[in-house]
Amino acid sequence: MGVLARAGSVPLERSYAGLTCKPDYDFLRPPEVGMVMVQGRADGNGKRFNLGEMTMTRCTVKLADGAVGHGYVAGRDKRHAELAAVFDALLQTDIQSRIMNEIIRPLAEAQKQRRSEKAEKTAATRVNFFTMVRGED
Amino acid sequence: MYVAVKGGEKAIDNAHKLLAEQRRGDTNVPELDVAQVREQLSLAVDRVMTEGSLYDRDLAALAVKQAQGDLVEAIFLLRAYRTTLPRLAVSSPIETSEMNVERRVSATFKDIPGGQVLGPTFDYTHRLLDFKLLADGEGTEPETAPEQSGPIPRVMNILTDEGLLDESRTDDENPVGDITRDPLLYPAERDVRLQNLARGDEGFLLALGYSSQRGFGDVHPFVGEIRMGEVAVSIVPEELGFEVEIGDITVSECEMVTRFRGSKEELPRFTRGYGLSFGYCERKVMAMSLVDRTLQARDMGEDLTSPANDEEFVLSHSDNVEAQGFVQHLKLPHYVDFQADLVMVRTMREKILAERDKAEKPKTEEAAA
Repeated sequence: MGVLARAGSVPLERSYAGLTCKPDYDFLRPPEVGMVMVQGRADGNGKRFNLGEMTMTRCTVKLADGAVGHGYVAGRDKRHAELAAVFDALLQTDIQSRIMNEIIRPLAEAQKQRRSEKAEKTAATRVNFFTMVRGED
Repeated sequence: MYVAVKGGEKAIDNAHKLLAEQRRGDTNVPELDVAQVREQLSLAVDRVMTEGSLYDRDLAALAVKQAQGDLVEAIFLLRAYRTTLPRLAVSSPIETSEMNVERRVSATFKDIPGGQVLGPTFDYTHRLLDFKLLADGEGTEPETAPEQSGPIPRVMNILTDEGLLDESRTDDENPVGDITRDPLLYPAERDVRLQNLARGDEGFLLALGYSSQRGFGDVHPFVGEIRMGEVAVSIVPEELGFEVEIGDITVSECEMVTRFRGSKEELPRFTRGYGLSFGYCERKVMAMSLVDRTLQARDMGEDLTSPANDEEFVLSHSDNVEAQGFVQHLKLPHYVDFQADLVMVRTMREKILAERDKAEKPKTEEAAA
């Protein structure tokens, strides 16, 4: 679900368009925009506190065969939450492994790639200290 | 007597139309896109999200555009919007120890596991205007180096391991204070204080932190660690009963370490202050961690001698939406209130002048006689 949440509606729409047979589904809960209160910890690992809220959209769908899928995605993109829920439901059907291999894995790979690129740029700003020896010997 | 003030409707409508024209500026210049604000004024967006208390880059960018770059006004817009949305969940506490670090520095130890990583920073720039930007110059491509794997350990652990710093206590049983739901009461616990400071005005906290460094307070701080980067946000939806990630957010974090003299019972040691914000708000989290420390004076049995130690003073005045509202309401019509003051001041003056007159009259009569 984390992969689907990070994907954004554009790649998910593309993946959905690529499905050979589109599933029939009903909304158990139509896409709904709301907020999540984000908590942090004092000193990074101590007592919890409320940092502030973030927007989130949630959606629940039920496929014709009864599989139920949930989408919880950061932001206000209703279509994103809907598609995330549909794929989550499809992951509970007999085409699970196909969805996993053809859609989820490539998305996860792309996300990992994006993180790596960022991390490589960050790594170039690592400081290497040279010790300056002062005075005699 | 109450005199109802009516009218001005047409003038208000026209003023808002004029405002819209002013926002647009010279129409020969292309209009600013919200995406441009989001991508190219990202630090303004970060501040608006932090103090507006709502993480949504698009909405914060829209607020900045709509407010013509007036960030406090943009924060007000975002705060107003957030009241229209239902709260669907509370996240699990974010794990900043597992951050995908984009910047991480310590001023207390040179050689730290994970190293000093500068990231995108204004530090060490010469603060010279870059006229290349004026001439529509494109930036250079950043360098890359092999990425470092695994989470970066917290610098403060070095001190806690040696017993020089108290372990922070966790408490996942008691409910967490929430100033968006319950009124702020004093004395305030640290969870409430940190929430207030996280939403608090950067300039106000900066000034208070600065005052404590200059001697209004007794803080001798060092930056234990500053980090900025992405963390995952997870919730546990009721209908699922297990944790799901809903995405990543960028946060900034600062841990400030200060000397504590100790007392008869306690050995000298270090204490800490904590700052956390949405986005990349380094100055804010540094100021916040200073003020978080000064506000712990009561808990540590220190003398409350300076404004930065006074939690009611700090927490009641940190919110710029409230502060600007109370200050700016003064420009709204106060005709009746002022009329009352005017009548009162005139009457008092007349009375005093009449009494003076009376006192002086006999003298002049005496002189004449």
